[in-house]
Amino acid sequence: MTRTIGLDVDGEAVRIEIDVRTTLLDALRERLGHTAPKKGCDHGQCGSCTVILDGRRHLTCLSLAVAHDGATVTTSRGLAALDEAPDAGPPADTAEPSSPSLPGADPADLPLHRVQQAFLDHDGLQCGYCTPGQVCSAVGALAELAAGQPSHVTDDLSGRPELSDAEIRERMSGNLCRCGAYAGIVAAVRQAAGS
Amino acid sequence: MSEPTGPTLLDPVQMGRPVGRLDGRRKVLGVAPYAVEHEAEGAAQAAMVASTVPRGRVRSIDATAARALPGVLAVLDHTNAPRVADGEDREFAPLQDDTVWFRRQPVALVVAESSEVAREAAALVAVEYDEEPAEVGLRPDSPRLYTPEKLSDGSESDTSAGDVEAALAAATHVVDETYATPYEHNNPMEPHATIATWHGEDAGLGDGPVLTLVDSTQGVHAVRSSLAPVLGIEPERLEVVAPYVGGGFGSKGAPHVNVVLAALAAKALAPRPVRLTVTRQQMFALVGYRTATIQHFRLGADADGRLTAISHDVLEQSAAIKEFVEQTGSPTRSMYAAPNRRTTHRVARLDVAIPFWMRAPGEMPGMFAHEVAMDELAHRCGLDPIELRVRNEPDVDPETGHPFGRRRLLECLRRGAERFGWEEGPRAPLSRREGDWLVGTGVASSTYPANAMPGNEATVTFEHGCYAVGIGAADIGTGSWTSLTQVTADALGVGLEQIRLGIGDTRYPSASVAGGSSGLSSWGIAITAAARAFREQHGDRPSEGASATAGMPDNPDLQEYALNSYGAHFAKVRVHADTGQIRVPRMLGVFSVGRAVNPTTLRSQFLGGMVMGLSAALFEESVRDPRFGHVVTQDLASYHVAANADVADLDAIWLDDDVETHLNPMGSRGAGEIGIVGSPAAIVNAVFDATGVRVRDLPVTADKLLAGLLPQRERDHVLGDASA
Amino acid sequence: MTPFTYTRAHDPASAVAAVAGRPDAVFLAGGSNLVDHLKLGVATPGEVVDVTGLALTGIEDGSDGGLRIGAGVRNSDPAADARVRERYPVLARALLAGASPQIRHQASTAGNLLQRTRCVYFQDTTTPCNKREPGSGCSAIGGYERYAAILGASPACVATHPSDLAVALRVLDASVVVLGPDGERRLPFGELHRLPGDDPSRDTTLAHGELVTAVELPAPPPGARSTYVKVRDRASYAFALVSVAALLVPSDAGDPRDAAQVRLAFGGVAHVPWRATRAEEALTGVRLTDEAIDAAVELELEAATTSEGTAYKRAMLRGTVRAALRELSTGERTLR
Repeated sequence: MTRTIGLDVDGEAVRIEIDVRTTLLDALRERLGHTAPKKGCDHGQCGSCTVILDGRRHLTCLSLAVAHDGATVTTSRGLAALDEAPDAGPPADTAEPSSPSLPGADPADLPLHRVQQAFLDHDGLQCGYCTPGQVCSAVGALAELAAGQPSHVTDDLSGRPELSDAEIRERMSGNLCRCGAYAGIVAAVRQAAGS
Repeated sequence: MSEPTGPTLLDPVQMGRPVGRLDGRRKVLGVAPYAVEHEAEGAAQAAMVASTVPRGRVRSIDATAARALPGVLAVLDHTNAPRVADGEDREFAPLQDDTVWFRRQPVALVVAESSEVAREAAALVAVEYDEEPAEVGLRPDSPRLYTPEKLSDGSESDTSAGDVEAALAAATHVVDETYATPYEHNNPMEPHATIATWHGEDAGLGDGPVLTLVDSTQGVHAVRSSLAPVLGIEPERLEVVAPYVGGGFGSKGAPHVNVVLAALAAKALAPRPVRLTVTRQQMFALVGYRTATIQHFRLGADADGRLTAISHDVLEQSAAIKEFVEQTGSPTRSMYAAPNRRTTHRVARLDVAIPFWMRAPGEMPGMFAHEVAMDELAHRCGLDPIELRVRNEPDVDPETGHPFGRRRLLECLRRGAERFGWEEGPRAPLSRREGDWLVGTGVASSTYPANAMPGNEATVTFEHGCYAVGIGAADIGTGSWTSLTQVTADALGVGLEQIRLGIGDTRYPSASVAGGSSGLSSWGIAITAAARAFREQHGDRPSEGASATAGMPDNPDLQEYALNSYGAHFAKVRVHADTGQIRVPRMLGVFSVGRAVNPTTLRSQFLGGMVMGLSAALFEESVRDPRFGHVVTQDLASYHVAANADVADLDAIWLDDDVETHLNPMGSRGAGEIGIVGSPAAIVNAVFDATGVRVRDLPVTADKLLAGLLPQRERDHVLGDASA
Repeated sequence: MTPFTYTRAHDPASAVAAVAGRPDAVFLAGGSNLVDHLKLGVATPGEVVDVTGLALTGIEDGSDGGLRIGAGVRNSDPAADARVRERYPVLARALLAGASPQIRHQASTAGNLLQRTRCVYFQDTTTPCNKREPGSGCSAIGGYERYAAILGASPACVATHPSDLAVALRVLDASVVVLGPDGERRLPFGELHRLPGDDPSRDTTLAHGELVTAVELPAPPPGARSTYVKVRDRASYAFALVSVAALLVPSDAGDPRDAAQVRLAFGGVAHVPWRATRAEEALTGVRLTDEAIDAAVELELEAATTSEGTAYKRAMLRGTVRAALRELSTGERTLR
């Protein structure tokens, strides 16, 4: 069985005909060529496929695409559009040298969300495979913190949670990083939260 | 020509700077293409069918229903799959005959227009088996145990010096314990995955690639050299591409059966490209894992804590289909001084999936046993565990008698003790309690050999005012894109902006794999040689197109010195007195690995290794059900790796003025594995300090502590329960 | 994944009719469990009826001072809701201890309660499992039992229910609103799940086609404190080894360890969220010392059967109940 659905992906409206069994992740990666969301486990156990879906961070591997007809999807590639407070830029000494010759799309024209810049500033990545999911998740986590939503480590449920490393760690625990870049990820989220 | 000497060191200008990852911006945006994300016009999707018996023969395969499914392009099995040219390595000879060597071995492959159809069709392939008796459990009394010819590091299975038994009998203090480590799976976040395109012999007017593999691998040339003979292709005509690799930790250090399957499918469907991604569940059977070990460790010491005997007897397993022997006892041979020493390895080749490299193969499980045994000895001697190590520091490599290049283990321990706030003196377990939490600290040493692999070559070409440098190296997250650019800049004496590095593609010269903490070292040697040849031939003002290629110069120092990295791990743990839950609020690693070529990526390597060490200490265990023969904890919900919340205050530092003068022109030694070596022992030692419960089998989990944490009346109850 | 047809329901009655009329039809809400099972081949429906378009997404005040949570409300919403945080901390805590933030945004209230066991054999279609394939046998018995049940299990099945939310609802005396082909009914939450007996394929007492539309919470007892303590291997993003939902009403006397009422429910120990009524009775009117708590839990566990793989759960459960009740009596949360 196939269906035609419409999606807004990183600001671009698309319509595709899909098998109703197609997950949102496979629709993005295999049908639309949006490979920023990654397939790490395909069963909701790693977080690599995280995007911002209709305003919230969301796993795309456990979602049938057909159930999200009309949804707005923001991947790490288009994440900068969600940034209310873009960063001024990296400190000079750690500035990334120009690297247009590397394989893959030249990213020079693609703006970064301040969370992404913070990941670069704190080396919050190694192999980079979980990273698109991490940065989307971090944007979601900061929004949830700003909205005063508690987490498992919030001791006082009646108040607003404070920004602490423990809060960041808990809120980022749905995104596994096998390279173990957690220290850098926490530092990056802390920096992004502060700006 | 003068006598060859050790390497001439480069002047560090770019090296030593914390240059940000050159591939970082692409990675945070998600536009760095990993294997199957490369464009491949009209690519088909493949899905594997796995055996459901551990040993036997395929009696029949009925693919009628699968073939009838619209969109199915082919169903390959042993009756119709393209033949391999060389099937001697049975891992690389899938679908060639009806033999089943282990449960989850691929017995058929479906290729279809879409992944949905491929997966559906794979489920429709009906396979019948003639099952045979299988041996799938590692047991000390296994009839399959044998003495392997060599360990996977090329060293002897058994070594012996002096009289261990006599020394143990005469020792004042003895540790005689058995330690166990579980099966563990690498689980890089990017699954093993390949796009294969079979162009055929006539491609490119006779000399273009016959086959292109866009693969997730730690070494494009390793894939080429392993699989070209298997597929009957001239090596030069097997093209392998891997610009970005989503982790590997050893599992991608060689191709596995999935890559051959992708190639065979592509041959069957030529010229149509085929994508094959190993599912997370399939990764628990097809791409290697760390063998479980059972290690009998004995230490004898005199009244002062000076070791008189070190004995390390290892039991481990390999696979019937292919041998791989973990070098678990190797590090024991050169870690501490003792006149009487022995190591042995006995291996059982079982009807199971093939074990392979996983971050610090051998060193990680072996040093876990050694460093916990040292902690036990410190307790028995009434010594500070650091002091025990000080008293047993060797002057020369105990195994070879060679001088150490630069062994700074004690400096690492002392520097770490100072920074960590280590309380000197004998440890007194169960002495610190914060509310409901028992608190303890632990220490362990770390070591990893400094390796430079042979077979590296690099080329330097002057193009458009820049230096294009090519070598078929890999960046699996280690930072090679960046650190090699720094090395190249210093080798040529120019700025980073003048370097155009090319790696991750067999169009560049031969390179060894990103593994064994040897990548930067091995590749940097060739790059420096090529840069020096370039300057020698073309001077400082080269003309457009000037080029030079060079391999690795002889390095006689490698035969004359024992070259190792060293480190010290410190851990603080908290154990909840009621539930046994364990938290690790602090970890510190202090390392001596030679020059920090890029302090940023170096630190990340250390931290990443330590996180994986924490993960191994507390969580990781692949449970193989002996009734079925496969791992039943085969996903990331039941095989736990450390999550963000498990990691708290984590720090890694390294010694100043640390330049390795014997290995390579950079003065570095490699850093990929040392973070995972010893860190599990530091945590287990800290758990003992906190609770007085000595856990000798990884992982240490709450349930293993509970019996020991409870009052005696409850302890009896639990133990009685377990044995009932 | 086997082929299925997909329909999007626009009102609860037609959703119920669609599923009730076809034996191989299933409801799809958040999808975090069903889509997983579709991929694994554990679920092979012929029709998937999407109920996310139904208006079941409200959290409303009940007339009795309670709260009504729509079946389609995503798990993150009650966890963040001020009323839930103030009146039902055990519910907020249980939700926040479950899964990951992303999954909590996706998973629905009803889907959470109806999620199926994470027993590794249930999820592996190449091994026998009576829950997945009745009559094929139970692989967990004598196999990987770390997460297996110790209470109420049967020779046919030792699976545990994985939901944290369900354990919390057990101590809140919640009820479930169910719409079936014959209309709406309410059942006490304790009657939703069932023990495996000789038919582990059925997790609940719901008939095929019945749709959970809401969960209703009565007002908590005056002065009640409640919490949820979950013990797991990882500090986050892991299923419970054991968990405890606890509700305590302090007595009027001075010592906070003297409780007028104690309610306890256990997770990770049974095919259902387990209300520990015998332990509750034993702790009523008793000072909550460690010894008294241990004795009460032991009383509850008299009926327990453990194996080598699950023996640890006795001691862990005792310790977890101690930690939970200590938190409620002292007001200090030490385990997180």
